[in-house]
Formats: sequence, structure tokens, C-alpha cells
Amino acid sequence: MQNFQGVGVSPGRIIGTVRQMPKPVSEPPSGERLAADVSPEDAVAGLKTAAQAVHDELKGRADSASGDGKAVLEATALMAKDTMLLKSAAKLINAGSSAERAIWEAGASVSEMLHNLGGYMAERATDVLDVRARIVAELRGVPAPGIPASETPFILMAEDLAPADTATLDAEKVLALVTSGGGPQSHTAIIARSLGLPAVVAAHGVDLIPDGSEVFVDGAAGFVAVSPSDEQRAAATAWAETSATLAAFDGNGTTADGHLVPLLANVGGAKDAVAAAGLGAQGVGLFRTEFCFLERDTEPSVDEQAAAYKAVFDAFPGKKVVLRTLDAGADKPLPFLTDATEPNPALGVRGYRTDFTTPGVLERQLEAIARAASQSEADVWVMAPMISTAAEAGRFASLCAAAGIQTPGVMVEVPSAALTAASVLREVGFASLGTNDLTQYAMAADRQLGPLAELNTPWQPAVLRLVQLTVEGAEQEASGREGGSKPVGVCGEAAADPALAVVLTGLGVSTLSMTARSLAAVGTVLKTVTLEQAQELARLALTAPSATEAREWVRAKLPVLEELGL
Amino acid sequence: MPERTATIASRSGLHARPAALFAEAAGEQPVEVTIAMQGEPADEALDAASILSLMTLGAAKGDVVVLRAEGDGADAALDALVALLETDLDAV
Repeated sequence: MQNFQGVGVSPGRIIGTVRQMPKPVSEPPSGERLAADVSPEDAVAGLKTAAQAVHDELKGRADSASGDGKAVLEATALMAKDTMLLKSAAKLINAGSSAERAIWEAGASVSEMLHNLGGYMAERATDVLDVRARIVAELRGVPAPGIPASETPFILMAEDLAPADTATLDAEKVLALVTSGGGPQSHTAIIARSLGLPAVVAAHGVDLIPDGSEVFVDGAAGFVAVSPSDEQRAAATAWAETSATLAAFDGNGTTADGHLVPLLANVGGAKDAVAAAGLGAQGVGLFRTEFCFLERDTEPSVDEQAAAYKAVFDAFPGKKVVLRTLDAGADKPLPFLTDATEPNPALGVRGYRTDFTTPGVLERQLEAIARAASQSEADVWVMAPMISTAAEAGRFASLCAAAGIQTPGVMVEVPSAALTAASVLREVGFASLGTNDLTQYAMAADRQLGPLAELNTPWQPAVLRLVQLTVEGAEQEASGREGGSKPVGVCGEAAADPALAVVLTGLGVSTLSMTARSLAAVGTVLKTVTLEQAQELARLALTAPSATEAREWVRAKLPVLEELGL
Repeated sequence: MPERTATIASRSGLHARPAALFAEAAGEQPVEVTIAMQGEPADEALDAASILSLMTLGAAKGDVVVLRAEGDGADAALDALVALLETDLDAV
């Protein structure tokens, strides 16, 4: 029996068969020539055979798909044997290039042409690159890239998943995700939590587990075992029962002694919002507005934005919806706003800062938000991402006021904003802690890097201290004036970890916003502690010498987690 | 050389699903069919069976295109393809 220890990022205990995600297809070396013993005619014929095989495989998948996915697969299948693509590759082969290099270059130029056309065509540019990689894999006789197609459910193992993999990830077929790279804030972790799949990241060595092996995965403990024991089989069976009871949240976030902590959802659009409302979310704590902008070459109109925002507001009549203004830059580039050549995008012009270089986009977004809010019954709050100073907060508040928005706020994700929370909160009505970026900046550790996974956890006592400082800043701001302190919520991934949710509550955070799938688990655990116990656990975590100990100490005092397999 | 003009009827133009359906149908014809925007020279016409060519053509709803083919069955092939272009394929 072989065991692997990684970082658990989405709870669940499950047994299944392994399918490894093939490694990405490497670029054939530039200038790679046709082998001396292969004629150009044979190479062109071989390319056509490979292209046909890729076409047939994609067509087969299209036939068993439905809806938008089917249409995309059908079009992609046609691209595989497209005459334009194959003819330009054949030309290169006749000029002495290897078939692999020829199709690689032909794909690149077609893809660039589509990219330059913009709009829908630009979106298809990546499909051409996918087809090209598949043909090269076929020529080399290696498995096709991407998530493996399978008739039966499996546990997907990979180095890491890219955002693009989400689109092809079939939650009916994938039982759990395990990666050898990635960290707790990586895309794999975020995808897993949003789909409710058990997941372990940064489990070194799992990429060597052979396809077809039976493994046990514990997504809370971060543990993977090959050839499961009887005990592990029993644990998986028990989880199947608990997960059914954990599926529902009663819509009332509270501690055992009745201290209310509304549990809100993070959403990216109307579909998410409707699903979150169905799962009992008490509102929206983070409405990411990027969906309206991503994959576009030009800014969407005010009308278009207003309609999209209203669709989300309408899912929560009479309830709070906290909208985050456009957060472009770093891992979310936008051609009309961000500069792709920045040497250090995470520290660059991103979030609120894009207003420095491209003024107007933010004001038009605020206009669209105000219009949508006036036509809906939701209680709309609006916050800016990546605020670093009180002056920025003040300027954002005046832009909101000019647009007619009642409740302006800020995201606290830059450590400077946490350290000066009292001054920042004097300018706005509320703050929301974005723990993913706050952790990345406090620890100076890139969110996506596997080797830094241990640094990149919100359990770091330094991060918890910044949360505490923000809450204290809010209290300080309230002293000497009428009314209570302004709300400080958390909308980062930290809120979805039930143990951490208890700690955050103890630190004085007023609302917790998370992926809707986690509401039930967080709600269940929160109800087992009193506010005083939560405060005690918060003190314990703050004094821990490391993130690992903070987590272990707190978890040891919350036996309910082990009982529920969380 | 037999040729026909057709007005694109699909709402999304000759992109996405309509382009896929049309390219597939063009590929099934016994003759090679080319497509060009009206007014473009015939020698700059593109292969109608190539979805990537159709996408780079960028024909929108209401645009007029010219289809050309030569050989046995050219007329029947052109007629069938014109009918397809003049149907709103987004609605099928």
C-alpha cells in the first residue's frame, strides 16, 4: 500500500479508479526537418490520417454531448480535417518541415488570424490550438491532451488544472481531483469547491500512480492511498451518507448561542445566483462582474451590463448583494484594460487601479450598477477590488455617490488596507476581506505555485492577524460616533473552510461568503460552537507558531469535523 | 463556371453552428465548391468546405456571397448549398 500526503482543499472521502491527465503536448522544435527516410508525400498522407483520427474522436464525443458543448465539439471536429489548415501544413512539409512542426506552425497562423478578427472568432482561436495539439499527439502516438474521455466515473489526477479545463470537466464522470502541483488557492481547488468534488492538491508523486489503480481520497485530510484498506472503504461509505445530510443549508447562519453570522454566496453570474438562492444563501457576498467583460475585445455597453447585473440582483429580492467592480489584471487579463507585458502583473495595474490608466470604464460600470439596482429589489452594495489606501477608498466612494450608489465599500486584500483599516473605513460603508489575495500579498507567495502551497494558506497566523487588525480598525473607526462599527465580511476561499469559518467568526467578522456548495458544511459546524468558544479558538490560532499548528490546534477542538469527514 | 449568389439568413451570420453545418454540407458535395463575398475576385474565393475559411470570411446576416463550382453535379450542388445559406440555421 502506497500513501501520499498533500493539502486537502475540498472535503469528501471517496474510492475510485485513477485516470491520469496526459501531460500537455510539447512544441515540436522550431526548424524540425522531415526524417531523411520519409517522403513529403508519405508525411502529408500520415498527417491526413492523424487529422482524420482526431476528427473521428471529436465527432464521436460530439455525438454523445448535448447543447452548447455539442456545437463546439462539432465545429472543433471539422477544424481537425479543415482543408485550409491541412493545405498550409502540406506546403510546409513539401518545403522540408516535419509533419509535427508543420501542423504546429499552420495551427499557429490560423489561430492568430482568428484571434485578430476578434469577437466570436477570437474565442475559437484556442480551439484551433487544441486541435493542433491533438494532431501532434496522434502523430507521436501519445494520449490526447486534456481531461481523458471515459465511459465510467474516475478520479482525475493531474499536475494542475487550467481554467480552460473547467469547461470540459464533467462532474458526473469525475469523482475527485488530485494534483501533484497547485496550491490551496489554485484553480484546481476553486474548481473542486465550486463543483463540490473532493480534492487534494500538492500531493507530490501522485502523477506516477498508474491508470486504473484503485485509490482512496480524503479531501479534508489531504490524503491519498493506493489499494484502500477496509477502514478506508468504511470511511468512504460513511461519507456517502453524511454528504447527503450536508447537502442542505437552512438559510440561517448562527452560532450555538444565537450570534448571527449571515452566510452568503460568491457568484459569477445569474445562473450561479439562482443556484445559490436554491441552496439557501442569505444573500451574495461577492458578485464577480468579470463574466460580463472576459473574452471581449471591447467594453460591454451600459445597457448590456445593467441587464446582466439585474439578472443576478433578481435572484435575491430583499436581500444583500455585494457587487465587486471589475477586477481585471494579473490572472484575468482584458485586452482593452490591462497591459499583458507588465513584468509583475500581480503587483501591477489590476483591480481598482485600472481606473488610473483607463478612466471611464469604472464610471460606466457604476452607472450600469445603479440603473440595475434601481430596477430590482435587492439591497445592492458595491465594493472596489485592490484598494491600498484611504485616499483610493475616498475617491471610490465619491464615484459611487456620483452614480447614485448608496453603499460603497472596499475589498481588503492588500495588507496596507488591513493595517490602515480605520482610515479606510472612515471613507466607505463596509469592508470585505479577500483572503486569497490577502494571503498571496502578506506571504509574498504566488497563489498558483505548488512549491509555495504551505505559505499560501489563510491559516497563516500573519493572515489571521491582518483579519483581526481590519476588525479592530472598524471598531476604532466607530468609537466616538453614533452607530455601531461598519461591517467587515470575508469573501475569500477561507470562509468555505468550516474550521476557519469558526475562527473568522471568533475574530469578529460579521458575514461569511463562499461558494454555495460549502454553505451547508459551514452552517452545520458554526451551529456547534458558541461565540465565546469561537473567540477562544481565534486566540488559539493567532498564537500558533505556524499555519499547520493553527489548523491542527483548532481542528482538535472541533471534533464535529472528524465526525462529519470535513 | 456555374455560380450562384445567396444572402446569408442565419442570425449569427456564417459563424459558429451555421458555419459548421454549411462546411459539412459543402464537403459532402461531389464537386469542390468555393465561396467569396460578392464583388471579390473569383481567384480569391475560399474553400466552402473549410470551416476555418468560412470563419475568416466573416459573412454576417444579410451579406451576399457567391458560390462557384465546376464539373458533373455542379448545378445541383450549388442549388443545395444556396438553399442552406438562405435558411436561418440558428433556428434549426
